[in-house]
Amino acid sequence: MMILSGDPPRSRVLSILLVIIIAALAVTPLVFPGAKAMNVATKICIFAALVASYDLLLGYTGSVSFAHTMFYGIGSYAIAIALYSMGPSWAAVATGLAIGLPLAALLALGIGLFSLRVEAIFFAMITLAVASAFLVLASQLSWLTGGEDGRSFQLPELLRPGTVLISKDLFGFAVNGRTLTYYIVLVAAAAMILGLLRVVNSPFGRVLQAIRENRFRAEALGYRTVFHLTYANCLAALVAASAGALNALWLRYAGPDTSLSFSIMLDILLMVVIGGMGTMYGAIIGAAIFILAQNYLQTLMSVASNAAADAGLPLLPGLLHPDRWLLWLGLLFIASVYFFPTGIVGRLRAGARRPLR
Amino acid sequence: MKNVALHHELHMTLSLETQDLTIRFGGHVAVNGVSCRFRPGELTAIVGPNGAGKTTYFNLISGQLRASAGSILLDGQDITRLSVPLRTRAGLGRAFQLTNLFPNLSVEENVRLAIQSASGVHYDMLRPWMTRRDLIARADAILDSVALGGRRDVAATALSHGDQRKLEVALMMALEPKVFMFDEPTAGMSVDEVPVVLDLIARLKQDSSKIILLVEHKMDVVRSLADRIIVLHNGRLVADGNPAEVIASPIVQEAYLGIAPGKRTA
Ligand SMILES: Nc1ncnc2c1ncn2[C@@H]1O[C@H](COP(=O)(O)OP(=O)(O)O)[C@@H](O)[C@H]1O
Ligand SMILES: [Mg+2]
Repeated sequence: MMILSGDPPRSRVLSILLVIIIAALAVTPLVFPGAKAMNVATKICIFAALVASYDLLLGYTGSVSFAHTMFYGIGSYAIAIALYSMGPSWAAVATGLAIGLPLAALLALGIGLFSLRVEAIFFAMITLAVASAFLVLASQLSWLTGGEDGRSFQLPELLRPGTVLISKDLFGFAVNGRTLTYYIVLVAAAAMILGLLRVVNSPFGRVLQAIRENRFRAEALGYRTVFHLTYANCLAALVAASAGALNALWLRYAGPDTSLSFSIMLDILLMVVIGGMGTMYGAIIGAAIFILAQNYLQTLMSVASNAAADAGLPLLPGLLHPDRWLLWLGLLFIASVYFFPTGIVGRLRAGARRPLR
Repeated sequence: MKNVALHHELHMTLSLETQDLTIRFGGHVAVNGVSCRFRPGELTAIVGPNGAGKTTYFNLISGQLRASAGSILLDGQDITRLSVPLRTRAGLGRAFQLTNLFPNLSVEENVRLAIQSASGVHYDMLRPWMTRRDLIARADAILDSVALGGRRDVAATALSHGDQRKLEVALMMALEPKVFMFDEPTAGMSVDEVPVVLDLIARLKQDSSKIILLVEHKMDVVRSLADRIIVLHNGRLVADGNPAEVIASPIVQEAYLGIAPGKRTA
């Protein structure tokens, strides 16, 4: 239990769901080595960590930030620019991290110290302003960032798809550079989530919850809450930037659409709300469900639509037409928020109340 | 940082003093030039009608409000400009008149947060909270002292009003402050709940190194606990002295009790 920092899922269904998701992610390269499945699995890993870091802010401290994609973007761009300009070497990867992570942390420190003293709404507005400015900056500085086109780059030899590490003859499946990259992403994401789980269950993490519950009282107990909030903001930014770096490594690309746009911010918000705020596990559940729906709902609907058409049902084939997938995705989210206001994890835990000591 | 000799010296000279303490809200002067010195081993009751400025006086001392004029000295040090958390760390403890808890955390977590702060554990991110058994044990002891031991795993919001008032007091006890500020600790409590809190205050009084300030309306409580009474009226300090003297004084009869002498009831 120590690896979970004394905060187990506390619901049988939730435990089973988590085991299924993690097992599926662990075996994806072996069982579904196709490009689409691998991309979806990677995105789930990366977003689980990204959403978990956002949950640290929203769920545990109650502060609303709109700058989370900015930190994600900083991590992405740092890797992309470093590998683009220095060439595909490990030194470039290290340089990207050595620039991107501290930059994200420093920016978060600045935003935090400047705006977390005062009311929460001010922090939200400052993050929105800084993130918008950053988005403009990234597209303006096209000599550095590649502007709207972004930056494509080559990976170090070891991580390339063409690099066969273990040939198919040995175990019946090939392990190439792509497989290795995938497992780096998976392990890094898992480590970050477990790290965050530790932080939220530490004495520091309890103070964050206390601030969320009643900042006035937390101050009266002797906690200088602006520092707690600022550290949480820095930590979240570090994890977001790391997730961004992983994303760039996987895509071999960083651009405004994949790493900076506000639609990613919206996705993060939806995932944390659907999964369940202030639970950490909600990040994994939310990311898995959201990204699966985003990627496979269309396929599912086209199957259903054709089946309905074959059965000669009226109206249904049109309603279920794959082009309507966004409508259904939207309805799915409205329904999930309506029926599970505390998120899926909150709902599952309420169903399995922990016994009183 | 902890110099034992220095600490000892400070301890010897523990004192709390307000000098011409004043706060204005627009044109309204809620606390008006209050100068008063509080000594260790002394329980001072602060009385006065509703709106007299008692809670505001507390808010100025513990830092929730900033003084418009005047100063506050703790152990001879000027703390008038210090932030709330730093005043708490300097030894000011406060139990609020309007219950002020962490509603969705358990009773035990509420108290443990106070103990954690008092133990200087502010930024430890790496050790799981549940492994701090030392903190848990102390939280349990404090909860037992306010008869909340059986409710430790309940969310604070689920407690009855009386139990919430007790938890409010427990949070201050857990801070182990030098100065205890009780703001109507028994208000709204049922008759059978009151003694737990009064016993607690009486026990506190036995430690002659502490300063205790108590805002209380029930005159029988004041009479039995207080070593000294000060009276606030319209933000001004209008009487200060030993209980019998102050209660009998004409100004209190008129200003606070609002009745003619002789018709006083407890
Ligand atoms: N934050 C504030 N803004 C404006 N007026 C206030 C504020 N706090 C207290 N007051 C006023 O100061 C006066 C004293 O209030 P208070 O200290 O709560 O009285 P008491 O605790 O003695 O009943 C009241 O008239 C109250 O309306
Ligand atoms: Mg009051």
